[in-house]
Order: sequence, then structure tokens, then C-alpha cells
Amino acid sequence: MASRLTATQRRWQRRRERIMEGVLFLCAASSVFVTIAIVVVLVWESAAFFAHVPIATFLTDTMWTPLFADPRYGILPLLCGTMLSTAVALCVAGPLGLTAAIYLSEFASAPVRESTKPVLELLSGVPTVVYGFFALLVVTPFLQTFVPNLPGFNILSAGIVIGIMIIPYVASLSEDAMRAVPNALRDGSLALGATRLETAFKVVLPSAISGVAAAFALGISRAVGETMVVAIAAGQQPNLTFDPREPAATITAYIVQVALGDLPHGGIGYQSIFAAGLTLLLMTLSFNVFAFWLRARFREAY
Amino acid sequence: MPGAIDVSSVLRSGAEVGPVSMRPKIVTRDVNVFYGEKRALNDVSIDIPERAVTAFIGPSGCGKSTFLRCINRMNDTIPTARITGRIEIDGENIYAKDVDVVPLRARIGMVFQKPNPFAKSAYENVAYGPRIHGLARTRAELDEIVESSLRKAGLWDEVKDRLQQPGTSLSGGQQQRLCIARAVAVSPEVILMDEPCSALDPIATARIEELIDELRQNYTIVIVTHSMQQAARVSQRTAFFHLGNLVEQGPTEEIFTTPSDPRTQNYITGRIG
Repeated sequence: MASRLTATQRRWQRRRERIMEGVLFLCAASSVFVTIAIVVVLVWESAAFFAHVPIATFLTDTMWTPLFADPRYGILPLLCGTMLSTAVALCVAGPLGLTAAIYLSEFASAPVRESTKPVLELLSGVPTVVYGFFALLVVTPFLQTFVPNLPGFNILSAGIVIGIMIIPYVASLSEDAMRAVPNALRDGSLALGATRLETAFKVVLPSAISGVAAAFALGISRAVGETMVVAIAAGQQPNLTFDPREPAATITAYIVQVALGDLPHGGIGYQSIFAAGLTLLLMTLSFNVFAFWLRARFREAY
Repeated sequence: MPGAIDVSSVLRSGAEVGPVSMRPKIVTRDVNVFYGEKRALNDVSIDIPERAVTAFIGPSGCGKSTFLRCINRMNDTIPTARITGRIEIDGENIYAKDVDVVPLRARIGMVFQKPNPFAKSAYENVAYGPRIHGLARTRAELDEIVESSLRKAGLWDEVKDRLQQPGTSLSGGQQQRLCIARAVAVSPEVILMDEPCSALDPIATARIEELIDELRQNYTIVIVTHSMQQAARVSQRTAFFHLGNLVEQGPTEEIFTTPSDPRTQNYITGRIG
């Protein structure tokens, strides 16, 4: 026979439950709180920055030289470096990631898939600093053997390595999207006399397109936010260029540079990293929201 | 017989059905299917006549769908499935080593249990097969194939003004007729139907059944069905499967009125199933 609790014990039990619930809530809320705090600080410090530098100047000036005697605060060179390295990364990760996803989802046997996917995902476990010196010390010298006059620091090499780095995201998420396509559609296509390749490209991929696009958006968001590789391999000179062979700084690389202590605390140059950070946040946020929206739409389809 | 299903009222008279050509389109001998160690089909031998509807009936898990999927080698897509025996279409063994399943499946269309239109427009759904097989050289030719296929599937009038809308936006019955049009578009000789009406309401079902009756003028049709009334309504020949065995086959009317095997009798009177 289980002994019954006394009224006092019962009261204590109730109280304990309530306290534990509160603790659990606080743990869950902390990450939300920290996120909100980061955004608040970013906006706050950026506001101070924009009190000195008009937003129009920030968005249209073609020079970014906060460290110079004649400081200029145009985000365009940094934005351009970011876009350029992301574009190169996407040129690598797009085709490779998508091909890997199609192979894993449509052609690989179950044992091959089960052993390949974890290995692929291992790529995302490599520390980014390792990717960084890999770009600088392996990829760049290799590229220099056939790209004439390629400088030691360049966007191309950094972009290629970021591309390799985001392959797992693109491949894994695209594969999930394609595997979610009902087999009935594959059967319908095969029964019409389509080959497996035709079925993969003409039926499965179009059906999974929003999920695949979401995978790409998340990959882009990773590439935009990537810091270590570009800081190490792309050089840290803001440079408004569309040529990936040149060195250039990205938003993230600039923030690293300043965080390393090149600027006095509290000055406008110091505040500029918050403005740059806010720009970065808005970029990755919009890609994430876009990916989220696509995936939500994708789920409704089946 | 209380509880028995009376199908005699829906059987057509011999005169209405017309003489069934006995030229066999599909001949199978001793077909066995194994899923891993499990034997799903035992020595199935049957002749399926050309330009007629043959129905496969039997309780769930009796092997009728498995057998249907042998005829266009769709079981090849299941890694553990193994097939022995012989299936001939127009005298040609489709399991011979040098047979390419791609052109084979173009000759044998299939309609599935659940309508499975592709995530494309109604037009592109029908145009898919002709495109991959290169059946149309010009856009006009393709338009023509799409229109005539949709007409054969009795869907043209309903979708001609919204060909560019997604196939999935049609009603269930329309989707299934779209899938029939898609199968017809590659000009198959045989159409396999795997319980094509099980996901449809009675009105959509009646529409598909009429369509099957029209299609048999030009195609050899094999239909798997759970509904004995449907088998009686649409088929000229019926084969009864039970536990992986082909128990009995013959003209539909005979199977339903004078079955020779007690298992068939029990099934059609509703005692097993």
C-alpha cells in the first residue's frame, strides 16, 4: 500500500512543481532574451553611429575607411566583398551540393546513403579556422598555378573554401526535401517509361523545389555570415570590386579586424562595427526568413 | 443468403459485352514473386485477352497487386523483390535478359491506387510521357497529343480552360482521369490499373468505370479491384486470387454465377475477405 501524502507534503509538492516550472521557463526564455538583447544593443549602438553618419551616406558611399585620417563610411565595399565571396561559394556548393543530394536521395542504396551522409555532415564539424588556413595555404597556391598574377589574398580562394564548407548544409537539406517527395510520384514517372535520371530531374526535383531553395537560402545565410575563412584568406582591405581574383574585406572580416583592437573604444569607428553587424544581421535574417517561408510552403504541399 | 453480395444484377448480358477476342495479349507461366524470403505469389499462369478488361479480385494481401506490378516490371524498383517464371507480351518474354524496362513501360501504362499527378500543370502532366519519349517534334504536335489524350480520358471539356493550372488543383476524380490521360498519351498497348477508384467517391468512380469501358476498344486493360461489383460491372474476364494463388479465372459472368472453387464461392458471397 502506498502511503498517502499529508496536506503539508502536498502543499510543498505543489510549490516545488511551480518553482521547477519557473526555472524551466527561465532556461527556455534565456536564449530568446539573449537574442533580443543582442538586437537591442546592435540597434542602440548603430543609432549612435547613424547620428554621425547619415544612412544615405552609409548606403551609397563607395569607400570604407574608418581607420584613416579622413574616415569614410560607405558599406558598399564590404557588402560587395560579402556578396562576391558568397557568390563564389554558391557556384561551388550549388552544383556539388545538389548533385550529392540527388545521388543520395535517388540513386544511392540504403547502406551507401546511411554511411555517406554522416561523413558529409562531418564536413560541417571541421573548425572554420582550419578551412581558413586551408584556403590560404593550399587552395590559393594551387589556384596560382593556373590563375596568372593571383595575389596571396583573394576572394576566389576564400569563396571556394566557403563553398566546400556549406556543401553539407545544401546537400543534406536538399536531400531531405527530395526524400520527402512521395514514392507515388516516382512510380508514376517510372511507369511511364522514364529513366531514373529523368525521374530525378523532371519529377522529384521540381516537386522538392521549395525545399531545395530553402536549403540554398540557408547555405547563403551561412556563407554571408562566415568570418574566419575570409578574414584569413581574402585579405582585409575594403575594396569595391566585382573581380573575385582581387583581395577584399567582407563585413565579417572588418568586424574581426576592429574587434582585434585597432580602434579605440567608444569612438565612431568603434560604433561602425555595430552598424556593420546590424547590416549583416539583416542580411542573414532575411535569408533565414525566406528559407523558413519556403519550407513552410513546402510542407503544405504534401 | 443473408450478407451475400448480389452481383448478378450488375452483370451485363453476353450480347452487350460482345464476343471477347481470345487472342491472348499477355501470357504468364509459373510466375513466382519473393519479397526476401517471403513468397508472395505462387505459380501464377494466366492468359489475358487483347482489347478486353480483365479484373483481378481477391482479399487484401492476396497478391493481385503484386502480380499486376510484374506485368510492367514495377517490382524491379523494390530491391528485395525476386521474380521467377515467364511473362510474355505478344509472345515476347519481358523478363528476358536483354529487355530494357524503359521502352517496355512505355508500352504498358499504369494507373495507381491514389491519383499521383506530378507537381506540374495539367498540360505538362500529360505532355511528360510524350516529351521523354520524343513523340512530338513540334509544339503543335504535342498540343494535339495532349488534347486527344485528355479527350480519351474524358477530361478535356473540364480542363481545356485551365491547362496551365497545377494538376494537383483538380478534384480527386479529375486527378485520376488526368493520370489516365497521362498513361494514354504515350500510346500504350496495355493499361494496368491498381484499384483506380479506391480513393474516389461513387460519382467519380462511375465516371472512371464508363471510361474503362470505352478504353477497352483500343487497349488491353487489367484492373485490380477490391470491389466485386466493380469487377462485375467493368470486366469481361475475372481472376480470383487468394493467399498468393490464382484460384480461378474465366469469363466474369461465370466466375460470379457459377464459380467452381469453394474459395471463390466463399469470397463472392462475402464469407471470406
